[in-house]
Amino acid sequence: MIRKLSAGTALLAATSNAFADWALNMPEGVTELSAETHQIHMVIFWWCVAIAIVVFGAMIYSLIYHRKSVGAEPAKFSHSTTAEVIWTIIPVIILLIMAVPSAELMIKLEDTRDPDMTVVATGYQWKWHYAYQGEDVAFYSNLDRASRSARQRGSGIDPNTVENYLREVDRPLVVPKGAKVRLLLTSNDVLHAWWVPELAIKKDAIPGYMNETWFKAEQAGTFRGQCAELCGMDHGYMPIVVEVLEPDEFAAWLENEKGGATAVAAAAGEQK
Amino acid sequence: MSSVVSGAHADHHEHDDHGPAKGWRRWLYATNHKDIGTMYLIFSLTMFLVGGTMALIIRSELFTPGLQFVDPAFFNQMTTMHALIMVFGAVMPAFVGLANWMIPLMIGAPDMALPRMNNWSFWILPVAFGMLGSTLFMPGGAPASGWTMYPPLVLQTGDAFPFLIFSVHLMGLSSIMGAINVIVTILNMRAPDMSLLKMPMFVWTWLITAYLLIAVMPVLAGAVTMLLTDQFFGTSFFLAAGGGDPVMFQHIFWFFGHPEVYIMILPAFGVVSEIIPTFSRKPLFGHDSMVYAASSIAFLSFIVWAHHMFTVGMPLTGQMFFMFSTMLIAVPTGVKVFNWMATMWRGAMTFETPMLFSLGFVFLFTIGGFSGLMLAIAPADIQYHDSYFVVAHFHYVLVPGSIFALMAAVYYWMPKWTGHFYNESLGKLHFWLSTIFVNVTFFPMHFLGLAGMPRRIPDYSTQFADFNAIASIGAIGFGVSQLLFVYIVFQCARRKGAVATQAVWESPIGLEWTVPSPAPYHTFETPPKLSADGAFS
Repeated sequence: MIRKLSAGTALLAATSNAFADWALNMPEGVTELSAETHQIHMVIFWWCVAIAIVVFGAMIYSLIYHRKSVGAEPAKFSHSTTAEVIWTIIPVIILLIMAVPSAELMIKLEDTRDPDMTVVATGYQWKWHYAYQGEDVAFYSNLDRASRSARQRGSGIDPNTVENYLREVDRPLVVPKGAKVRLLLTSNDVLHAWWVPELAIKKDAIPGYMNETWFKAEQAGTFRGQCAELCGMDHGYMPIVVEVLEPDEFAAWLENEKGGATAVAAAAGEQK
Repeated sequence: MSSVVSGAHADHHEHDDHGPAKGWRRWLYATNHKDIGTMYLIFSLTMFLVGGTMALIIRSELFTPGLQFVDPAFFNQMTTMHALIMVFGAVMPAFVGLANWMIPLMIGAPDMALPRMNNWSFWILPVAFGMLGSTLFMPGGAPASGWTMYPPLVLQTGDAFPFLIFSVHLMGLSSIMGAINVIVTILNMRAPDMSLLKMPMFVWTWLITAYLLIAVMPVLAGAVTMLLTDQFFGTSFFLAAGGGDPVMFQHIFWFFGHPEVYIMILPAFGVVSEIIPTFSRKPLFGHDSMVYAASSIAFLSFIVWAHHMFTVGMPLTGQMFFMFSTMLIAVPTGVKVFNWMATMWRGAMTFETPMLFSLGFVFLFTIGGFSGLMLAIAPADIQYHDSYFVVAHFHYVLVPGSIFALMAAVYYWMPKWTGHFYNESLGKLHFWLSTIFVNVTFFPMHFLGLAGMPRRIPDYSTQFADFNAIASIGAIGFGVSQLLFVYIVFQCARRKGAVATQAVWESPIGLEWTVPSPAPYHTFETPPKLSADGAFS
C-alpha cells in the first residue's frame, strides 16, 4: 500500500496538468471535526498498514522460503489453538482501541444543539435551495453558466479551460466564520446528499425527512463539494459551494440580501 | 479418453445406457449436474463479458473530463446494468455452476438431489437476463437508478420499470431453487461416514451461502414488490407524500444486500481453501475454525446492514450499534486470512495458475478488507460514503476477490472437467496481466474518493482527471486480458492441452480426484467408502 502511495507520488512529479492536483488523501478541512475525522481516518489507516506489514510480510517470507523449488519439505501440522486464540484476541483489542474515539467523534458530529444560525437546504432535481431560518433570505443554487455550456457533449469547450469545472454555482451558500451553522436537509423529489469534504459533512436529503447536521468553519474561504446520492440524469451536475466570510462581512452580506429580497418583493407589489 | 464424454463412459465399464441426449435436447432438458454446471459457467462467462463491456463504456467516458461518448442518462443506465449483470448474472451463477459440478463430486453423490428443479433454476436465468437486457431498447431506456433501486428515483424509470422488477423476481427464484438444491444435496447425499465436519471447505461455505440465499432473496423480492405496488397500485410504502418512508426501502434492501455480498464471497473462501492446501502440499490449517468463522460471518451479515446508511440520519444509538457490529466482522475474516497464511507456512509451495490466482485473492482481498475496516469506522465512513473510495473497496473484494477465486477454480478443476490441462504459460500470463491491471484500475480510485469524487457521475471536476485516466487505462487492459482467459478456456474445452491424470495435481485431497479425468457423465453411482486411514477411496 505504501509502495503504491509512493508510486503515485512519483507519477505526480512526472506529469503536470493545469488543474489536476493528484490529491491522495482526505483533506484535513477547516472545522474542528473535519480535522478529527481526518485524524481518525489516518489512525485506522496506519493500523491497516501495520497489520498489512505483519500479514503480508509473513506470507511473502513463506512464499520465498517455503517453496518446493528451494527444497522445502511440507510440515504436517494443521492446527494450533494458541495461534488461533492469539489472532482472534489481537484484532479484538485493536477494534476496542478504535471503537472508543470513533464513538466519541460520532457523538460530537451528532450534537446539533445551540446553533448560532440555521439554514434549510432542500434538494431538487438538480439544484439546491437554501433558506436562512429567521432571516428573509432564500435562494436557489445552480451549476454556473460556464460549466453548463462546457458540460454538453460536443460543446467544443475544453473543460480544462473552465475554472472550477462542475464545482461552481451561480449563488453559493454564504456563512460566517466561527459560527455554529446548523443545516437542516430535506428534498423535494428524490434522494440527494449534501457533501463538502472540507467541512466533513455528508448527509442525505430525503423527501419527508428533515435531517440535521452542523459545522463551524474556522477559516474564511470557498469550499466546494457536490451531491453524493444518485439523483437521476444530472446527479453529476449539482455542486455545492460554501463561502465562509468574516463575521462582519457576513453581516453586511446578509443585510444586503435582505434589502435585495425586500426590494424584489416591493417591485412585485408595485407590478400588481 | 480423449474424445467426448461417451468415450470416458466406455472406459468406465458402465452398462446402463444413460449417456447424454443428442443435440439441443441434452442442454434444454438437462438434468445431469455436470451439464447444468457447464451451462451455468458458460452463461456466467457470457454475462461477465457483457457486464465488462458496460464497465468499459463507463471507463471510456470517464477517461477525461467532459462528455465524449454517452449522455448522462445512458451513463446511469450503464452503471446500473453493469452492477445488476455482474452481481446476479456473472458472480452468483458462476458459483452455482461450480456448486453443481463439484458438490456431488466432493461429497460422493451421484447427482444433485433435485435434478429437474436444477434444470428449471438454470433456464430461468437466460429469460431473466434477456428481459433485463431488452429494457435497453425500451422508451426511457434501461433502469438508471443504480442496482440499489432506491425510491423515489427508481419510480422515475420508464417502461423498463416492471421488467426490472420481474427480472429481479426471476433471478431470486432461480437463486432460491439453486440454494434449496444445494442444501438438500449436502444434507442428504453425502457419502456414508462423511460427517458434516469432514466435508471439504468449498462444500461448507456453499452450505452456509445457500442458507443465506434462502433467508434474504425473499426479502429482496418483497422490497421490489412494494416498489411495484407503489408504482402501479396506488400504495405508498416508500412515498413520503402518501405517508410512506423512502428510508424503509434502504433498510429492507440492505437487509438483503449485506448478506448478498457474503453470498458472493463465502464460496470464494471455499475455493481458495481447497486450492492453497493442494499447492502447499499441506492440509488446510484450522478446518473447524474456518467453518466457525464462515458461520460467524454469515450470522453477523444479518446485523450490520445499516452501515450502508450512516448518512441517512439514523439515531445515534443505531449508528453506534451498526458501527460496532460491523467492526466485529473483522475478527472472523481475519481468522480466515490467518488460516490461509498458516496453511502456506512451512509448506512446499508450487505456483501453478490456480495457486497464483488464489494468492492474488488472499493479498488483494485483504486490501479490500482493510478498506472495509476503515469503512466500518462510522465518522470516517461519513466521508467515504458514496465516494470512489467505496467503489475501490467493493471492487477490490469482488474483482480480485470473487472473480479471482472463480478464475482459480476454473483453472484448478478444468482438467477434471475436460481431461486436459489448460496452457500453463498462457494461464500465468493471464494471471499477471489481470493482477497488474486490476490494481491500476482500482487502486487510484481510493485517492479519487478521498479527494472528494462521488460515485455514479458521468463527468467530473478537472482536479480528478489524472487518476481517472489511469483507472480507465487499467480497465481497458483488464478487459482485454480477459479475452485471453476466454481463449485459454476454449482451447482447454477443445482438449488441446496435455492429458490430465486422475489426480490431476501432485497430491490433492478430496473425492473429486478419485474419479477419472475427464469426470465420466455419471459418477459415484455407488457411494465411496471411508478407508481405515480416514481417507475416502
